[in-house]
Order: sequence, then structure tokens, then C-alpha cells
Amino acid sequence: MTFLIKGETETWEVVIGLEVHAQVVSDAKLFSGAPTDFGANPNSQVSFVDAGMPGMLPVINEICVEQAVRTGLGLKAQINNRSVFSRKNYFYADLPQGYQISQFDLPIVGEGTIILDMPDGVSREIGIERLHLEQDAGKSIHDLHPSKTFIDLNRSGVALMEIVSKPDMRSPDEAGAYLRKLRSILRYLGTCDGNMDEGSMRCDANVSVRPVGETELRTRCEVKNVNSVRFVMQAIEHEARRHVDVYESGGEISQETRQYDPNKGETRSMRSKEMAHDYRYTAGLAPEFTDPAPDDAASIWIGSDPNGARAFDGTVTIAVYDNQATFDPCSVHPDGTANGETVRDPACDNASIEVRWENPTKNTDGTPLTDLAETEVYFGTAAGVYESSVTLPADQTATRVDGLKIGSTYFVSAKAVNSQGIRSEWSNEVELTAAEAAVALGYKRAGPLRSFARRVTQWAILRPLWRRTVYRTG
Amino acid sequence: MSDLTKLSLSDARDGLDKGDFSAVELTQAHVQAMDSHRELNAFITEVPDLALERAKEADYNRSHGQAGALEGLPLGIKDLFCTEGILTTAASHILDGFTPPYESTVTANLKAAGAVTLGKTNLDEFAMGSSNESSYYGAAHNPWKKQGDPRNLVPGGSSGGSAAAVAAHMCLGATGTDTGGSIRQPASFCGIVGMKPTYGRCSRWGVVAFSSSLDQAGPMTRTVRDSAILLSIMAGHDPKDSTSADMPVPDFEAALSGDIKGLRIGLPAEYRPDNLNSDVAALWDKGIGWLKDAGAEVVDISLPHTKYALPTYYIVAPAEASANLARYDGVRFGLRVEGDSLDDMYAETRAVGFGAEVKRRILIGTYALSAGYYDAYYLKAQKVRQLIHQDFVTAFENVDAILTPTAPTPAFPIGENSDDLIAMYLNDVFTVPASLAGIPGISVPAGLSNEGLPLGLQLLTKRWDEETLFRVAGVLEHAAGFSGLPSDGEG
Repeated sequence: MTFLIKGETETWEVVIGLEVHAQVVSDAKLFSGAPTDFGANPNSQVSFVDAGMPGMLPVINEICVEQAVRTGLGLKAQINNRSVFSRKNYFYADLPQGYQISQFDLPIVGEGTIILDMPDGVSREIGIERLHLEQDAGKSIHDLHPSKTFIDLNRSGVALMEIVSKPDMRSPDEAGAYLRKLRSILRYLGTCDGNMDEGSMRCDANVSVRPVGETELRTRCEVKNVNSVRFVMQAIEHEARRHVDVYESGGEISQETRQYDPNKGETRSMRSKEMAHDYRYTAGLAPEFTDPAPDDAASIWIGSDPNGARAFDGTVTIAVYDNQATFDPCSVHPDGTANGETVRDPACDNASIEVRWENPTKNTDGTPLTDLAETEVYFGTAAGVYESSVTLPADQTATRVDGLKIGSTYFVSAKAVNSQGIRSEWSNEVELTAAEAAVALGYKRAGPLRSFARRVTQWAILRPLWRRTVYRTG
Repeated sequence: MSDLTKLSLSDARDGLDKGDFSAVELTQAHVQAMDSHRELNAFITEVPDLALERAKEADYNRSHGQAGALEGLPLGIKDLFCTEGILTTAASHILDGFTPPYESTVTANLKAAGAVTLGKTNLDEFAMGSSNESSYYGAAHNPWKKQGDPRNLVPGGSSGGSAAAVAAHMCLGATGTDTGGSIRQPASFCGIVGMKPTYGRCSRWGVVAFSSSLDQAGPMTRTVRDSAILLSIMAGHDPKDSTSADMPVPDFEAALSGDIKGLRIGLPAEYRPDNLNSDVAALWDKGIGWLKDAGAEVVDISLPHTKYALPTYYIVAPAEASANLARYDGVRFGLRVEGDSLDDMYAETRAVGFGAEVKRRILIGTYALSAGYYDAYYLKAQKVRQLIHQDFVTAFENVDAILTPTAPTPAFPIGENSDDLIAMYLNDVFTVPASLAGIPGISVPAGLSNEGLPLGLQLLTKRWDEETLFRVAGVLEHAAGFSGLPSDGEG
């Protein structure tokens, strides 16, 4: 599946990194209690904070932080214990504060990975550079009046996760697979609805090319705000071919931001590096002293402690299409806090495993799959050796198997069956060791959940002697 | 009737309690004082009708046994606090016509306790200044004049209107905000008590932001007791301000025991440069003697990074301001000057809407944050700020409070420092370090210069120890016996 561009003089490899903006599933905005429903009347979901009124202050919505942490866990990523919001300064009419609250130096989530299962059976591991939270801007509407622009601030302040990959992809197909996989993970975790046509997932592609064998990265261009997987793949291919043409005709690529026009199938320049904004990031405007002062810092602290917390209740939930998110329900603290000794929950002796998957949508020849009938899910205690299976109707995309034993490793795979009884190839196999299930969602906060305005609670009041309270999800 | 304006806030409270006079009478007396002192330009917006209406309610509440802690007491509100239904300007042209649909937490606390709002007091534009001369609505004047010199003097700044109004008995007390000395320095210039609480003690919600990591609201009054009474009401945790402290507010008035025996008072060597104004130095010495006489122990201390405080402040505060003032863009509220494009509209609106000092600080701040300069300026300033903070932490391991002058000079004539920015900025040299460290401070009027102008002494304590601050301030106030009313404050 190697994707190479044969030019006149060289054979070229494409280097791709993707930045995905994923709108966080939450009732309220990142720093205000205003609602986030899609399609509401213009400017009907705007608080004083979202409108940048004088004297207004942001208050973090803890639900959004929790969603980002959950996503980070799903990406097998480092959850940073200390995370800081910064102001990214620029003027635009739909940016009421004159700055976007974003994260620069200390994002909530650090490095992680996504594993792609390519159609040729090869697995590709794509690195995640970081995930940070930031505010969305409002919307400028230019076509309602010949000379005026209308501003809708409903989206202003809505929480976005910016998920940045490493430049690990080498073909439009890999970029497409990455986006689809990421979307599956986000949907599975319930942290983003993944609807690219509604703008709740948007993608910027960083593209460069280099002759095969060259190890240094060449100058990249960023293709902004592409709104479907197919267009992302097309835009990358067009942009890569443009780079090859420029290099082979003796030119140089200059770093710039470009826009993809799907109708013409081309990218065009939006702004050059010289015109790029100087965003003048400023972090944490509350004084941050290192002595044990009661209001220590304007930052969020998150714990990712394997023994730290009770996470999702009940069943262990894994995804059949990957093994990206596992949680241990069995490690509990008798006193309900994270300070005591961890014990195993005796109820877990009757643990269940819940398996979820996504149905296939295409036949192997690329035609749409319209007659999916059943799914067969296989379980075993050794890789590739399955001792039991269940057959389920096509409209069911999850199942639960009881009686699995804590401490044992289980391997799960699946096959799809169509109305003629034709079985698909095996899905990928996932491995789960129930007793070791890795990461739990821990959440350090100053005190009990303080609730007002749709569970928007205060951020940043840190105590040197805080008792860590365990945040229960669900 | 005008005698009612002579009362301190606590005396007025007690008088109302005893039924000696009504809230309406008290408010009318202060409305008259506002009328007769209009030349001081202490208020940008006066709301006498609203005030009298509120006073009637207060009398009703009191007669029905429902009096709040400040029921019927007329106050001035610095025009940096957003007040629902009342024009809020920050003394800037760019907020033309801005009437907030919300009330700041601090003023809401005062209202809930029954206070009467007389109006919105003058200030330096966006609280940027030390003389109140940068106000779009014109300079406020100090009620005091030098002996034998008819020139009008500045009241200090940025809370100059509040200081002038309190000193001239136009209100019983007022709110101020202090970013680098904006409560304490005008208090010193006008001969009143100005108190900056610990950063996080009062909510900043609804206060027009200048420098978010420094801004703090506080009371401006004629007595230390009044200061304690007002702060008890203004302070408190606010879930809408993540930096407001979730801790109980002590009864500050109860802290005024008058007993400072055995307390250790630090005297920082760095606050006594060779060229310190001789009146200021002499008064500081007197203050030291008073505290000793009251049984305190005086200790020489060092705050070695003091000399870096002012330059650090003039990086940090403008940097934050450059972001905080970006929202004044003509799009949603306040002034808009139309242009041919969006960028033109921004440029025109901000060119016309902001005054020279505000523009200067936005430019300084933008520069300090820009690529290539960030590390050398902003980042370094943050590090120095940490050192300044550490100076105080170390000092307070050994002492309970620190005594210094509040300002390096008494009030100066309007226009005198307009062309000399460094001289203007140096006004805050003794107040800025405490702001950077987030610790509480109070300026107590302690004496007169040889030209007959008031001078204040500043007390500082560690974070959250306002009780010790008030206790020492009360003793200092008593020993100083400062009673000189402004020459034209007899109303």
C-alpha cells in the first residue's frame, strides 16, 4: 500500500500530519453555562462570557475536562498532571474576547498512539503529539447582506479538542484510515459526535513531500478546515502533487496556509508565513506562586493513577475494533476516597465483558454492503484460538458475556455474515486481561463537585492539602 | 443636616440604629455634599434619585427589623465596577453608553447588605494611572491644597474619584480597585484609609479587567473601622471567579482589639533610599515610634528584590492589559467608529476610543508578549515576580507586619508629572511589590507634609492575614490622631 509519487526526476514520499478539531460532547460550553445545541436560532445560546462583556470571567466546565481525559485514555496517551490554559490573541469579529482560550505549553493530554489496520492487513501505528482543549469562535455570515457581515455567537466558547498527530502518515489512504479510526474512538467514547458535515469534527492537514530515502522533513503546507474524510484524502493528494511539481520545476515550497476547493480539486493559498499571526500566548493570568498558597494557580490538575480511582461502574467495556480504552472497575477504595489502600471489589468475581463494534459498510469490492445479517463474536483464552462464540442480529453492535474470570486473558474477534451466509474475514483481535486492565479515570479536584448552571463548576482553586476526590463517570 | 456628612460610616450606622436620623436624611446630606463639591469632578455619574429611593427602602427595612449590615449607608462606587442599569464607563470613551445588564459581585454584596449607591466615581482610564488625569471625563481634584498655593492637586490614582469623594465627605465610603497601588496611593494623597485585600479575597467578577493577576477590589474610608466593616461585606467566595478564595471571611471589625503588644513589625531597608522625601522619612520614623510605644517590637528586614518590582510590574500589567482590552473592538458594545473594512473599523474605534496612556500600555504589553521578546520580557518578569513574592514569604517568617511609607511624595499639582512618565510611574514604587506578591496592604493617614498635605503610612501582612493588618492599622490610626479635614471639605 505504499503511496509514492513518481516524478520526472525522483520518486517522492508524502509526509502527513493531521490536526483534528473535535467538538466536545457536553451540555454547556467550555467556560460558560450557555448551551451547545446544534441548529439553534442565531445568538440564542450566548452568555455574557461568550459575548466578551466587560468584567466577565471564564469558569471551567469540568465535564469538558473529563471528556478530554477520557479521549486521552482512549488514545493510550499521557494524561498530564498539570495543565494550563493560555490566551491566543488575535482580532476577528466573531472572536468576542479578542483572544481564544486555548492551551499552549501544557496541554491536558500528551503523547499517545492510534493503531490503523490497513486493508492489506498491515498495522500502522500513528503517533499522537498532543490533545488540548480550546474555545471555538463564533460564526461570521457574509452572504446575508451586500456590505455587512452578520455574527452568530452560538458557537463562541463551545469546547473543542484539538488532536494533533505526529507526521507519521505516508499516504492519503492512511490519512483517511486515521480519521475514520479517530472518529470511531471519539464516538465510542461519547466524547465527540464526529459529524464532519455539521462541523463538529474538522481537519487541517499538514503535507510535505521528500524524495524516497531522504530523512529530513521538507517545508510543509497546512490545508485548513477540510470537512469530509474524502476531501481530506483528495486535498492531500493534490497538495502533494503540487509540491512535487514545484520541486521538479526547480522551485521551493514556502510555508503557508492553504484552502482546499473540492469543486476545482485544488488548493490555494490563504496566507503566507510572513502574514501569519503572532498569537502572543499568555498563560494562567492568576498569579502562580510555588509556595503552598491556598489559591495556588489557575490550572487544572488531573491524575492518571492506575490505582487511583474507581472509573466506570459495572462491566468492562472494550471495543472490538481496537483496544484503545480499557478501564478497571475492580480496584476500589473502601473509604470512598483515593487515599486509602486499594482492594479488589469482590463483585468482580462475576465480571462481565461487554464488547462493542462497528458494522462494516462495504463489500470487499468496494460496493456498499446492504444485506448484513448477523455478527459472530468469538472468545478465547489464547490468541487465534476461540472456544466460544455468539451470533447476533445485524442491528446489535454490542454484547455482554458473563462468567469470565478475573485475572485471565481473553481474546475477542468477530466476523460479519450477509444474507447469503457469506462470512467476512476475521476482524482484528483484541486482547483483554481483566485483572490488569490498565488505566482508570482519576480526577483531582479541590472539593466536592460544585454545581451551578449546568454543572459548570469553578476551575483552578487548588489547595495544597486537597483531598483528592474520586470522580465517578456515567 | 450637613453634620451628617461628618460622621464616620460606623457612627452613621450606629446613628441609624438608634433612630437619631433616617437613611433618607443621611442620603440627602450626602447628595447635597455631591452638589456642593462638583468642582472636584469626583463622580462620572451621579444617581441621586436612585439613591433616595433606595434610602426610603432602607428606612422601611430598618423599621421592620430587616436592616442589613450597611442598611441605608451612602457609598460611592468606582466606575470600574459594572452596575446593572447604571452607565459604566471605566473613564474611557470606548465604553460610551455602556449600561451593563449585570451587577458586579462586590457591588451586589454591598447592595444586598443595604448600602445606598450615590454614583460612579472618577478614575484613570481603565484604572491605568496614578493621578486620575487619564480619565476621559477629566481629572478629579484633590480636596486638599498646599498652604498658600491655589493650584489644584491630583487626588492620586487610579481610584482618585473615590478618594476625593470620601475625603470631601461626599460619601461615607467608596469602593476602589488596586492593581499596583490604585487604592493605597490616592488614600495617602487625600488623607483617608485605603485598603487592598489579599488577591482572591474579593471577587473580580463584573469588575472591568485591567491586569487579571493583580486587580483586587477594596474599601476606601475615613477610618480603619469603616474599612474593616466594608471589607467584611465586599469579600467572599464567588463561584463565578475561579481566583476568588473559598474560605470564610472573618469579622474584620472584631479584629480591632487595639492590642499589638509583642507583635514584630518589619522595616525594609530598601524602602528608604538616600533621596527619600524628608517629610515622608520623618513621618515613617514617627510611625515606628508609635508602634514601639504601643508595645510592638521593631525589626530591620530586607526585601532584596524591591528595586525590580516597578519594572516587573510595567511588563506584567501591560501584557495582561493588552489581552484584556482586546474586547473593546466596536463590534458589540460601546463606541464604534465606522471604517471601510473590519480592520479599519477596529483601528478607528480604538484610535478614537482609547486615551494616550491606555494606548501606551497596550503597545508595551503587546511588544512584551510578541515573538522574540516574550522570553526576555514577559517570562523574565514572571520569574522576578516569583522572587519578589519569596522576599515577602521569607520576611513574614520573622515579622507579623511590615511598615513603610505609602507613596514617595505628597499630592502634586495637576499637570506636573504629565510629561515625565517615569516620575509618574514612581508614585507606585512602594505599593507595587505587595501587588505583585498578592499580599494585603493598607494606607493609614498619619500626618501632614510641611506644606500641609496628607501623608499615609502603609502596612503589609502575609496573605489572608487582614485581621493583623487591621489590628495594627487601628493602633497606628489612633496614635497618629489624624483629623485634618481638607480646607474646602467643610461643606
